[in-house]
Amino acid sequence: MHRILAVAALVASLATSLATPAVASERLVSAGGVVTEILYALGVEDRIVGVDTTSLYPPQALEDHPDVGYVRALSAEGVLSLGPDRVIAVDAAGPPDALALIRQAGVPVEIVGEEPSEAGVLARIRAIGALVGEEARAEALAEEVAAGFADLAAAREAVDAPVRVLFVLSLQNGRAMVGGAGTSADAIIRLAGAVNAAAGIEGYKPVTDEAIIAAAPDVVLSISRGDHALSAKDVFSLPAFALTPAADDERLVSMDGLALLGFGPRTPMAAHDLIRALYPQVDEIRAEAAR
Amino acid sequence: MSAGVAGSIASTTAIAARRRRARVGLVLLAGLALAVSVLALGAGAVAIPPGRVVAILWEAATGAGGEARDALVVTGIRLPRLLAGLLVGAALAVAGALMQGLFRNPLADPGLVGVSSGAGLAAGVTIVLGERLVPASLGLDPFVLLPFGAFLGGLATTLVLYAVSTRGGRTSIATMLLAGIALGALAGALSGFLAFLSDDRQLRDLTFWSLGSLGGATWGELAVVAPILGAVLLATPVLARALNALSLGEAEAYHLGVSVERAKTAIIVLVAAAVGASVAAAGVIGFVGIVVPHLLRLAIGPDHRTLLPACALLGAALLVGADVFARTIVAPAELPIGIVTAAIGAPFFLWLLLRKRGMFP
Repeated sequence: MHRILAVAALVASLATSLATPAVASERLVSAGGVVTEILYALGVEDRIVGVDTTSLYPPQALEDHPDVGYVRALSAEGVLSLGPDRVIAVDAAGPPDALALIRQAGVPVEIVGEEPSEAGVLARIRAIGALVGEEARAEALAEEVAAGFADLAAAREAVDAPVRVLFVLSLQNGRAMVGGAGTSADAIIRLAGAVNAAAGIEGYKPVTDEAIIAAAPDVVLSISRGDHALSAKDVFSLPAFALTPAADDERLVSMDGLALLGFGPRTPMAAHDLIRALYPQVDEIRAEAAR
Repeated sequence: MSAGVAGSIASTTAIAARRRRARVGLVLLAGLALAVSVLALGAGAVAIPPGRVVAILWEAATGAGGEARDALVVTGIRLPRLLAGLLVGAALAVAGALMQGLFRNPLADPGLVGVSSGAGLAAGVTIVLGERLVPASLGLDPFVLLPFGAFLGGLATTLVLYAVSTRGGRTSIATMLLAGIALGALAGALSGFLAFLSDDRQLRDLTFWSLGSLGGATWGELAVVAPILGAVLLATPVLARALNALSLGEAEAYHLGVSVERAKTAIIVLVAAAVGASVAAAGVIGFVGIVVPHLLRLAIGPDHRTLLPACALLGAALLVGADVFARTIVAPAELPIGIVTAAIGAPFFLWLLLRKRGMFP
């Protein structure tokens, strides 16, 4: 009886050890910042053999791996030269011809959705976990992230008067490029319990000074890119912004772009940071409510 | 006939010497194009030994090719890319030479009369509006429509240009030049409007499209553009005599027995086809059309009978060489080829301008 069990155990362990190494040794090319971020979060970074230029987090991703170029301008031969067993890409990856050639060479190209939502983040983590054979770790990560979202929802409950937030992607010659409906900026603003002041616009668009005044944001949100961060002075010295409610207290929130807009595992954290920046009193209110 | 006119000016021995030089030049250029082609098949991000490349090509030619990754890289990626590069490079250079011959202006270029912009605009329309124009039920990828869109755009621009500048069967080159600049500006404005309409993703596609790339060259795409470009290249030599005569002036050409209007029409149609199909295959690639004919006129003289084939050979070699550079220098990524040709072409263009003003020998 013991012997049978021992043999069964041996067979089982052999079967798993045979099954996992096949996937565990798989060479992966990651095309898309959020894919790379999730692969690192799942602890499979040593299987990555190439990343695209949007893979900015963690910062060592681009330092440690060959760069296959911009996610929408991949080179078929370049990707194949890394000898990958699988390419995991966001649905923006392209061009389609290059992806078709990679598939033709027998390398599966798995597409992961980029939908900027709570459900989207969780689905992405689980999908990538399944692709790399790390379902258990992915499930644990997804639960952790889901808990973060639940906590975020509770924090949103504590917000009594939503503020109007205008996301400014860039300021070129004093002309602001803002994030309208359907953008990941719009999604994170709503996750943080605020109102997107540019919700009437579709996508990222340059807007006129008057549109900014009409949008009447209480807070201006922008992203910090290394030393290129917009300062409150840059923004509120512009006439259009000077006439918004945000200018009264010079309310400018600057956050890490990828965390803010990436919709990966760090999203609940980023939304939480945003909520704290928008509503400094929110933690006190929650503490009060808990008492 | 035109050679006879030239012969009365230059001495017979000088002409013989020039012809010999032109012949040697053509042979050298053919050798260069061949060498670059061999390099293009052998070099790339995937390291494949030369012997293996030859074996793969042999297997593919005899139909014994397997599905091995190396074989796919050579026959599925590098070979169609090489052929597209040869055809597009040759067509762009020849189109430049035709245009310069037509305008009798060495600075003329298909980009100048809006043909490239028109083709580029139509390509942009298919990128941005393709999903809306084509019912989703057809399941067509907008990228499939792109070559057709670009070709139709180039042709439409040329036809409008021709209609505007032709009265009673006579084409006014000055009107055409000005109309071309206006059409180019209009196409630019509409492209700007498209950029405004497009979402983030389409905008990036549009940007990369306007930088040019041979990365999209596949057998399927070649099947569409190769017949067009091939026909242009085969038809061009017929015009050599007419172009030589035109270089003396339209009236002079007429008296030399050239049917000037027919030659002009033929040149315009060939340029539209060459540029439209090139933009379709590789996006907007600048400077090949202006650099190559110039260089060759300096090296082997202005006789179109040798200039046109020489342009085809050098254009092909230059573009394939630029493509090899573009796809190996930052491997495994690749540069848009328009950046490479502009980086070579723009300084050269400036040098030409300054040289004309006597600032260089």
